[in-house]
Amino acid sequence: MSTIPTIKSKPMSLSYDIPISKTKQFWDNLKEGKVLATKCKKCGTLNFPPTADCPNCYSSDIEWLPLNGEGEIETFTHVIIKPQSFQEYEPYTIAIARLKDGVKVLAWLTGTSIENIKVGMKVKLQAKIHQEGTLTYEFTPI
Amino acid sequence: MFRRVAVIGVGHSKFGIRQDVNVNEIAFESVKPAIEDAGVNKRDIELMVLGSIGVWYEEPLPAVSIAEYCGLSGIGLLRTEAACATGSAAFFTAYSAIAGGQVDIALVVGVEKMREVDTLTAIELMGRAGCYLWEFHNFGVTFPAYYALHATAHMAKYGTTEEDLALIAVKNHKYAAMNPNAQFRKPITIDDVLSSMVIAWPLKLYDCCPITDGSAAVVLASEDKVKEFKIDAPVWVAGVGYSSDTVNLSKRSSYVGLYPTVKASKMAYRMANIEPKDVELANVHDCFTIAELMAYEDLGFCRKGEGVKLVRDGQVEIGGEIPVNVDGGLKAKGHPIGATGISMIAELTKQLRGEAIERSRQATFRKYVALAHNVGGTGHYCYVTILRR
Repeated sequence: MSTIPTIKSKPMSLSYDIPISKTKQFWDNLKEGKVLATKCKKCGTLNFPPTADCPNCYSSDIEWLPLNGEGEIETFTHVIIKPQSFQEYEPYTIAIARLKDGVKVLAWLTGTSIENIKVGMKVKLQAKIHQEGTLTYEFTPI
Repeated sequence: MFRRVAVIGVGHSKFGIRQDVNVNEIAFESVKPAIEDAGVNKRDIELMVLGSIGVWYEEPLPAVSIAEYCGLSGIGLLRTEAACATGSAAFFTAYSAIAGGQVDIALVVGVEKMREVDTLTAIELMGRAGCYLWEFHNFGVTFPAYYALHATAHMAKYGTTEEDLALIAVKNHKYAAMNPNAQFRKPITIDDVLSSMVIAWPLKLYDCCPITDGSAAVVLASEDKVKEFKIDAPVWVAGVGYSSDTVNLSKRSSYVGLYPTVKASKMAYRMANIEPKDVELANVHDCFTIAELMAYEDLGFCRKGEGVKLVRDGQVEIGGEIPVNVDGGLKAKGHPIGATGISMIAELTKQLRGEAIERSRQATFRKYVALAHNVGGTGHYCYVTILRR
């Protein structure tokens, strides 16, 4: 495209400070190795991702519960072409699993190779620390 | 009171890598022919609705910028966002304003300039357009990955193969080669698809739509104006349907289809008083090959899990039971996000008038019923529009 004339715009870098006051328990517990969901004290709905307000009955009276984390893979993919902000990472596997706890979770699946993964495979969700030191959670095969 | 609304003019830019034009100039390429095609004066237009995501080009208020460039400043003006269904959301907004009696003539413009940023940045911006905090921040889910999760589930449940998906890419490239506005103009083979690089397994490069610049525009009018202007071939909006789903994929009940497509299409069929079998031509949302396959099933063109039969038997080609995406689809015509929904309406309008530029891809009609299906995100939004001549 070098033959087509263009003007370079002023550059702009953009980063957001994402508020987590209402879900701080989740991030604090991740540090302790636990993955938490929220349960509405009024209607009993279990929510993952955790939410401070219940989308079902609109109550804000919630409690925090650790997930056991055992479940089955419902679907998965292996990402080769990564976005700009994931260039430092090796290709990664993303899975969605249905947990015995009663919620589904989307997370990376590690500790196995793509050829060995099947829909229905048993996995466990665990708190982890990313290579750049940030908190996350991942599935590993049981 | 509820009034009938017709498409009376359509315009379409060339899709592709268009660094020869800025956002205003590429919009002009479809606005001018749409107004000329309608045979109205631009002073007759009371409302302009723009569909555009933006962020990949420099103007943060593109509706205002394009309205000025096209000499339309002063009219009613707004911009819609519904991810990849942005164009249909713009169409729906203008349709509603006319049907509800607010205005008589409206211009709907869809535009995107996606190639002013580098490819990895474009992938980043699209990947973030799911749930940023719980899906992108830690897990880097890309758009191909979202649909790959559906492909894996569909393959596991129904035995769909990578070859089946490749057939859809081959079909859409074949028709794009007959469409001068398409980004890709070369037919491809099943081997080309299967041997192309993996983007997000099981989807490969040729399972994915390209990143595209382009614009499309349509002029809508009330029935009174259609009569007043003696429009000879109005294409009526016979049905509209809309729906949505959760931002987190983990909150969905299954991954073998898109529930909003089922709901939006049922709503549109009911309003148009037709059944899926009455549809004679469809443009469906094929951002990835698996998306087109799920659309056959979710729109009711076949039973769930049987979409591959339609492709294998050639029923989705010209001359088949239900030709689909015979302009090349998002897959090969290109997918300038905000323009896509309008491009579908422009294409179907031309088809219903019998004006497909290349006769080899002109569909035949007995009932003159066509359907546009536009998905935003991975079923995050969905709009279905039924047109009838």
